[in-house]
Amino acid sequence: MSEKDWPLWEVFIRAKSGLAHKHAGSLHAADAQMALENARDVYTRRGEGVSLWVVPSAAITASDPEDKEAFFEPTGDKIYRHPTFYEIPEDVKNM
Amino acid sequence: MYTQGLDIKTGDTSVPLERGDGQLDRRFQAKIDADEKIEPKDWMPEGYRKTLVRQISQHAHSEVVGMLPEGNWITRAPSLRRKAALLAKIQDEAGHGLYLYSAAETLGVSRQELIDQLLAGKAKYSSIFNYPTTTWADIGAIGWLVDGAAIMNQVPLQRCSYGPYSRAMIRICKEESFHQRQGYEIMLTLCRGTAEQKRMAQDALDRWWWPSLMMFGPSDKDSEHSAQSMRWKIKRVSNDELRQKFVDVTVPQAEFLGLRVPDPDLRWNAERGHYDFGEIDWDEFKQVLMGNGPCNRERMRARRSAHDNGRWVREAALAHAEKRRARAAAAPVAEAAE
Amino acid sequence: MTADTTDMTADQKALFEYLLRLGDNAVVLSHRLGEWCGHAPVLEEDIALINIALDLLGQARSIMTYAGEVEGQGHDEDALVYRRDEIDYRNLLLVEQPNEDDFAVCIARQFLFDAWHYELQKALLASSDEQLRAIAAKSIKEVSYHLRHSSEWMIRLGDGTEESHRRIQDALDALWRFTGELFESDAVDAAIAAAGIGPDPQNLYPAWSETVDRVLAEATLSRPEDGWMQSGGRAGRHSEHLGYILAEMQYLQRANPDARW
Repeated sequence: MSEKDWPLWEVFIRAKSGLAHKHAGSLHAADAQMALENARDVYTRRGEGVSLWVVPSAAITASDPEDKEAFFEPTGDKIYRHPTFYEIPEDVKNM
Repeated sequence: MYTQGLDIKTGDTSVPLERGDGQLDRRFQAKIDADEKIEPKDWMPEGYRKTLVRQISQHAHSEVVGMLPEGNWITRAPSLRRKAALLAKIQDEAGHGLYLYSAAETLGVSRQELIDQLLAGKAKYSSIFNYPTTTWADIGAIGWLVDGAAIMNQVPLQRCSYGPYSRAMIRICKEESFHQRQGYEIMLTLCRGTAEQKRMAQDALDRWWWPSLMMFGPSDKDSEHSAQSMRWKIKRVSNDELRQKFVDVTVPQAEFLGLRVPDPDLRWNAERGHYDFGEIDWDEFKQVLMGNGPCNRERMRARRSAHDNGRWVREAALAHAEKRRARAAAAPVAEAAE
Repeated sequence: MTADTTDMTADQKALFEYLLRLGDNAVVLSHRLGEWCGHAPVLEEDIALINIALDLLGQARSIMTYAGEVEGQGHDEDALVYRRDEIDYRNLLLVEQPNEDDFAVCIARQFLFDAWHYELQKALLASSDEQLRAIAAKSIKEVSYHLRHSSEWMIRLGDGTEESHRRIQDALDALWRFTGELFESDAVDAAIAAAGIGPDPQNLYPAWSETVDRVLAEATLSRPEDGWMQSGGRAGRHSEHLGYILAEMQYLQRANPDARW
């Protein structure tokens, strides 16, 4: 019978102020404080960040790859959301 | 490489090699052929998942067991600068083991299960770490040869079809770039040093050369899963191709050091544009992989004792976290009662 | 190597001696932490302990380099670390105590030291010595993290399982006799304090004691009685353990005295 693992946490790092936190990887820790410190030791050994988030992996709800078409394809033909959809004469500046 | 155990013919049929021809299989292969990444929750053939779990976990075990032969010299490193570099390198290896276990965990297997397999002797790790580090020059030779061989294997794995493995490899390759350089610098210092130091360096090359070539795994003609793994883009370059590349770049580096590569058959083949080299002792390779290398027992004993000595610590941390949760849950009630 | 201190002024001698004490603590404790490498309870903790070892090693290098300058005999960090004998080592007895493969010992030793080291570095931020001030400015950030790490583990182990509580209490009880030395004062300390270079060691006691009480209370551990305290490390009177540390650490350098590494 396997020993119980410490819970798994996902680590997010803000590389520098002004940027969003980005997923860096995961690790195991018994509690949130330990997760934060382990994240610091494991994922920021080379000055990779200025801010850390740790989230219990179990708390993440992910979209299902099966739903990929229903979730993401409907936006494919809505090109009016992109600026290139609109024609503006080149002479018009600052647009 | 770190996963050479995968390539050995064992008669193990737990990983199906047959080509699936269902619609899902075809769509899966088409995605891989188009160089799209496979992500954890995507559909994948069972054989792909199993092979990946084995490959990634062997790689992770290799990083962790690989801490031991080098750790052997932390307390004896001959200068503070060398000691700091060695500590940082071994720390990276622990980190790499951790990234890799995490990548394996995305395939639905826990780190504890993987560690249990290692400690039960059911999982393989690279044969190279079953050789002893008897002198300081071995720390140089490991950085130069073993990390050199590892980098050669890991660079193409950054393009592996499985997203989490590929991302882990990208991170690992970035961090590992200093490892080989620090090893070569140690060798260079020894080779430019006293007669005793040079002798130490030559002795280390003599002992580490052949085991380093073995790291690339069996010859392609004897390699069991290579073709399937290549098709799945879990493996991107063949064993023999990587080994040849390693010999080609390493021999001139040895010459620069003024060291002799311990292979009487080694010579430049102008026609092929490559070095020819002697036959690897495949019996030794198999024996080491099967557990009969010089240090297999010592390495496993060290891992087991670390695991056993740490059990009460891991339990205590969990128990404490549980107590905290219980107290936090009880706290608002107590407040309300006041 | 025996330090030849004849050409130094009395102030320089005191400063050199003081720097050796600071540097030797960092060298020896980092050695003990390095022994854990590959043997920690979990991979994450391997990485954490190596980080602390690396911080201390970095501190040791800055301090020893400076000590060599003050001494003025052309000794670099390695000459000072790798060529001095036991009787010339000036570290506290606490930091040379062995790990005994017991994480509780590692944490208790670290905590008792960190709580003191933090107060020391804080005081050195106001040192009249510019170099020491600069070293402290860098070290204080590292040391406050060390203290946080060891305090949290004291609490986890103390307030964890029955076994962990027993083990960490045992370790604390066993190491307590080495804490008296942290606050001892001799002629070197008096000269250093008089010159405004470092604190009078006794002044570090109240804050240290408060940290210890706070953490032990949260950890549900009892503070050992102040019995007979062991002493002597700072004067080169060590336990039997230091000799083995140095035998291991120094053997390559000493076996090949003409070699560069």
